[in-house]
Amino acid sequence: MSSIENFIDQPIWDDVEPIPQDDGPDPLAPIAYSHDYSRAMDLFRAITRKKELSERALKLTETIIELNPAHYTVWNYRQQILTAIDYDLNEELNFVDSCAEQNPKNYQVWHHRQIVVDKLNDSSRELPFINGILDDDSKNYHAWSYRQWIIKRFNLWKGELTFVSSLLEKDVRNNSAWNQRYFYIFNNPEEVTEGIINSEIEYAIEKIRLTPHNISPWNYIKGVIEKSGKSIEILENICKELQNADIRSPHLLGSLVDIYENRARAGSNKDKQEAIKICTLLADEHDIIRKKYWEYRKHAIAAY
Amino acid sequence: MSSTEKSQELLSELHVAYIKSLDTRRDDLEYWLTEHLRLSGVYWGLTALDLLNNVDALDREEVVKYVVSCQHENGGFGAHLRHDPHILYTLYAVQILVIEDAIDAVDIEKIVEYVSSLQDPTTGSFAGDEWGEIDTRFSYSALSCLSLLKRLDAVDVNKAIDFIMKCKNFDGGFGSTPGAESHAGQIFCCVGALAIVNSLHLVDADLLGWWLCERQLKNGGLNGRPEKLEDVCYSWWVLSALSILGRLHWINKDKLIEFVLAAQDPESGGIADRPGDVVDVFHTLFGIAGLSLLGYPGLKPVDPVYCLPKHVVQRIGLAERYHV
Repeated sequence: MSSIENFIDQPIWDDVEPIPQDDGPDPLAPIAYSHDYSRAMDLFRAITRKKELSERALKLTETIIELNPAHYTVWNYRQQILTAIDYDLNEELNFVDSCAEQNPKNYQVWHHRQIVVDKLNDSSRELPFINGILDDDSKNYHAWSYRQWIIKRFNLWKGELTFVSSLLEKDVRNNSAWNQRYFYIFNNPEEVTEGIINSEIEYAIEKIRLTPHNISPWNYIKGVIEKSGKSIEILENICKELQNADIRSPHLLGSLVDIYENRARAGSNKDKQEAIKICTLLADEHDIIRKKYWEYRKHAIAAY
Repeated sequence: MSSTEKSQELLSELHVAYIKSLDTRRDDLEYWLTEHLRLSGVYWGLTALDLLNNVDALDREEVVKYVVSCQHENGGFGAHLRHDPHILYTLYAVQILVIEDAIDAVDIEKIVEYVSSLQDPTTGSFAGDEWGEIDTRFSYSALSCLSLLKRLDAVDVNKAIDFIMKCKNFDGGFGSTPGAESHAGQIFCCVGALAIVNSLHLVDADLLGWWLCERQLKNGGLNGRPEKLEDVCYSWWVLSALSILGRLHWINKDKLIEFVLAAQDPESGGIADRPGDVVDVFHTLFGIAGLSLLGYPGLKPVDPVYCLPKHVVQRIGLAERYHV
């Protein structure tokens, strides 16, 4: 912290009259918090009041952000300064790199970066940067949302499926990567052919076989089936295969309920009875915590 | 008390004392580093106090004066004195004023102007502030705020709905922007917003209800996405959405109540994100609000759409028209 201390106590601030905190009705409360933060905020109040957009003001926002990265008003002011002094935006990305590394879940850091990169109109640093963040936390919501924006904004679809597959190789339970896979398949400029759909279904089935208790590939495959207008019954083989291997995952049994319900709706009494039987199993044995859900399904099916 | 020993009952008195103590900690650096959460903190604390039958524990006049002081020329509210206006804090301000029955203390027309200025006329989305961040959280904030002010006519509601529906995912959930992963917090925002504008018919209630009740883990707690840790705040985000969809009973209530109660601080009050962690006012509200939805005795009922005490929503004449 010594560099911060030096900076805010330097003579370059001699012309600025710091404005102390006014925190409402109890001004007598002794302010015993950190000298650094208090002095920096007093200076910040002073320079924003006189709307000073300068190098030293930029440095001051850096000081405050390092101490309190969620102070969105300071970030906003920093944006104004960047434009006013025509600051080197690549330099700015160096600053954001280090902020994001320390505060990867901070909303301000990500939106600030988005504005800077949009202005810079250069995405060359972005995927490596995001990959670094995802290396530490492969489910960081901000990083994934930003990644989608970058891909669309700069047309960076190439290589995305390989990237997503490599993440799923590492952790097949990474729901964010499954979501990104769906985003890629149905949003990239390439036409979604029958061949692509079939290969995605094959891919998901292979992952289901690997981790039948993992909800993500089940959700994914159902999403692809729905979107492509295929029948839920294409899941029957894999369900039976796993069932015969004595696997009782709620997702597997739930998919069987979906399949039988589909046929029950079309009039098959045998499938109706089968669906009801599995709902009972789920409610009483394999997914007891969601008993009420399975009873609801059972009653809906019984009404066909 | 050992950390493994569970609190079996809601420690209401301790929670009231904890919330009252929050504004007296001005010697802590932490207090100043959370300036940007001050107005939200008042909303979280005040709502929790009202649900705990103790709304008067915060001085009404002081609260209203403080909220008024956070309003800017353009009508929006900042997180604290001299913090920039933002839609999140504008909603918090309106919620607080509605609880205190003091909405006339501010210029409503200005708020309406501010909120409607943030809508993108092409996509129907809402930005958080002039810097243009887009998120379904802001769609909810805008619609909830205008609905509380009875001024939904000031924005293009149909376009707002279009944008929210673009954020609906293949698993039935909703994300922050089109294509973004389903997340329980965003689902609350989208389902709540759709409820406010009478559009719940657009939601696949069975599919989404399944996704939501699937968030319950063996220990009774709820997570916000598959394969993530449980957290008390999802007792609100998940439960409120399930409640709006009429499917609250799909989760195991007893196990969830047990989980939330175990996250209480039995010495100084407050509720943490999960048992054994440090408490904060955010998790204290969402723990209590979740318990209220679950019908925990002694708490006032909470409205799942507005996250306000139900009697407040009823007082301003917003009927429960949202059940599917």
